[in-house]
Amino acid sequence: MISREEVKHIAKLARLGLTEKEIKKFQKELSSILDYFVLLKEVDVSKTEPTSHSILVENVVRNDKIQKSPDFVGIPTCREKAKSQKLLKLAPETKDSYLKVKSIL
Amino acid sequence: MNLSELNITQTHQGLIKKKFSARELCQAYLDNIEKKDKEIFAYLILTQDLAISQAKKIDEIISKEREIPLLAGIPLAVKDNILVEDVRCTAASKILENYIAPYDATVIKKLKEQGVVILGKTNLDEFAMGSSTENSTFGPTKNPHNLTRVPGGSSGGSAAAVAANFCLFALGSDTGGSIRQPASFCGVIGLKPTYGRVSRYGLIAFASSLDQIGPLTKTVEDAKIVFEAIARKDELDSTSVESKIQKGARKAGGRRVGWSPKVPRQKSGRVVGELESKIQNLRIGVPKEYFTKGIDPEVEKLIKAAIKKYEEMGAKIEEVSLPHTEYALAVYYIIAPSEASANLARYDGIKYGYSKIQKGARKAGGRRVGWSPKFKIQNLLDVYLQSRGEGFGEEVRRRIMLGTYALSAGYYEAFYLKAQKVRTLIKEDFDKAFQKVEVILTPTSPTPPFKLGEKIEDPLKMYLSDIFTVSVNLAGLPALSLPCGKVNNLPVGLQLIGKPFEEKKILEIGQVFETWR
Repeated sequence: MISREEVKHIAKLARLGLTEKEIKKFQKELSSILDYFVLLKEVDVSKTEPTSHSILVENVVRNDKIQKSPDFVGIPTCREKAKSQKLLKLAPETKDSYLKVKSIL
Repeated sequence: MNLSELNITQTHQGLIKKKFSARELCQAYLDNIEKKDKEIFAYLILTQDLAISQAKKIDEIISKEREIPLLAGIPLAVKDNILVEDVRCTAASKILENYIAPYDATVIKKLKEQGVVILGKTNLDEFAMGSSTENSTFGPTKNPHNLTRVPGGSSGGSAAAVAANFCLFALGSDTGGSIRQPASFCGVIGLKPTYGRVSRYGLIAFASSLDQIGPLTKTVEDAKIVFEAIARKDELDSTSVESKIQKGARKAGGRRVGWSPKVPRQKSGRVVGELESKIQNLRIGVPKEYFTKGIDPEVEKLIKAAIKKYEEMGAKIEEVSLPHTEYALAVYYIIAPSEASANLARYDGIKYGYSKIQKGARKAGGRRVGWSPKFKIQNLLDVYLQSRGEGFGEEVRRRIMLGTYALSAGYYEAFYLKAQKVRTLIKEDFDKAFQKVEVILTPTSPTPPFKLGEKIEDPLKMYLSDIFTVSVNLAGLPALSLPCGKVNNLPVGLQLIGKPFEEKKILEIGQVFETWR
C-alpha cells in the first residue's frame, strides 16, 4: 500500500491538483495496480537489454536553417500570419502575439 | 439499393456509373446518423457542411467524366483524437473541449487528396485510455448490436459507426488494442498496422512507442484499400518507416486498383480460389498461452472452429509458445502510462485547452491539495494544478499518476526499466514463434462485449480485457481483427498477427476466412 504522502508527492510531480477524496481513492487504486506489477519480479532480465521502440529509432537531423513551413504555398506572409493567428487564438491569454503566464514565484 | 450497405469498391462503381451521386451517398449516411445516433452516440461532432461540400466537389469531377480515385466521395468517420483542420478535436476530454485543430493529420491529408467525405469525429475513451468508451467525458457509446453492451474501446465510436452504417469506414488508433478490441465487439474489421507504417503526425499522442493509426471497415478488402491509402513514410513523423506498397507501381492520384496485381478482381469468384491457394500449407501458429484462464468458453469454441476451418482448407496448424505472455499486461500498464505522463505534460493551461489562468478565485470541486491557501490562482504552479486537476478525467489522471510513479526517482529501475526489459523478451517470443510459423491466430478479446458499467469501477478488471491485444503493440507487429461468429447475438473477433510489414499477408488470410462465412 502506498502512503497518502506518496500519492500527494506524485500528484505534485505530475502537476495534478487532487482533492482529499481523490487522494484517498487513488491511494487504494494505485496500490492494487502496483501490487499487480509485482508479477514482473520473477522475470530474469539480467542478460536482457531494454526496448524503447519496436523498430530501430534513429535521430533525424536537418540543417539548422530558417525556412517556411512546407504547408505554406501562395503568398507566404498572409498565410503564415493566418496560421500563427490560429495558434494564438487557442491560447487562453496572450499579449502582443506572446503567450501570457502567471508569475513563477 | 441501400447505399449505406455497399463496400468501398461497390460504392466507387456506383459513383462512376452514376447510379447515385456523392451528395446522395453522403445524405444516406447522414440520414442514418440522424435517425439512430441519439441512442448509440458514436459521433461527438458532425461535420455536415464539410461533408456536403466535399461530396459536391466529387460530383463535379464525375460530371466532367474525369477519373476519380477509389476513395473519392467515400464517407468516413474519424476518431476524435486525429486532427482535421478547423474542426474541433477533443480527445473526449474536457481539457480539449474547445480545441480547434490548426492543421490536418498526415492521414487526413492523404485521404483528402483522394477526395474522401468526412462525416464527423467519433467518440473514444478520453485520450484513448480505456477499453469500453465509457471514459469519454461526453458519455459512453453503445454497442449497435445490443444497447446495454459497450462497443469496446478506445475507438468505440469508430467501431460503432461502422457497425451501424453511420459511415463506410472509420479511422481509429491502437495503443494496446484500441482498434482491434472494439472491432471485435462491434463485429467489424479492424487493422492495426506495423508500428511506423502509418504516420502519427496529427494524432494526439498517448504512448508514442505504441500508438498506431489504422482503419475500421466492413470488409477486409476495404481495410486493405484504406491502409494502402494512408501507409507511407512521413518526414513529419521520425518513427515512420518506408513502406513497400508505396514503392509499388501505382499512378499517383489516379484510379487505384483494389487488390494486388497478382490477384486481379474478377466477377467469377476466381479471386477466392486464388486466395484459398494461399492457405495451402500455410503455417498458422496458435499460442497455447492464449487458451488458458480467463477466456470465455463460448469464445474459445468459436476460435477453435475457425482454426479447424483453416486446417480443413489446407493450412498447417502448429502450437507455438509465447512464454512471456502473462507479463505483457503488466509491462503494457507500466510503459503506456509512463509515456502518457510525459506526453500529457503539454496540457498546461497556457498554450491551449482548458485553463484556469483567468478564472481567478473560484473554488470548484472541493479543496485541491497543493494550491495556495486562498484558493486563488496566484502563480504558475496554481495554473498547472488547477487546469490539469479539473481538465483531465479520472482514468487519465490515474494513468498520469501511475506513469509518474513508475518514472520517479527510486522506482524507475524497478518499474519502467524492468518493463522495458521484459518488453524485449516479449518481442523475442514473437521472433522465435515466427521462425516456425507465418502468422499467429488468437482470439481478439477473451470475452464478447461486456455490459455498460460492468468494469468501470474496477480499473484493473478493465485493464484485463486487453490481455490478448497489448503484446502486439509492445512488439510493434501488424494485427487484424475480424468477426468469427456470435455468442448470444454478440460479435466475437478473431485476431491474426503477422510479421513486421506483412499486413498484406494477414489481410489475405483474413479475406479467405471472410469469404467462407
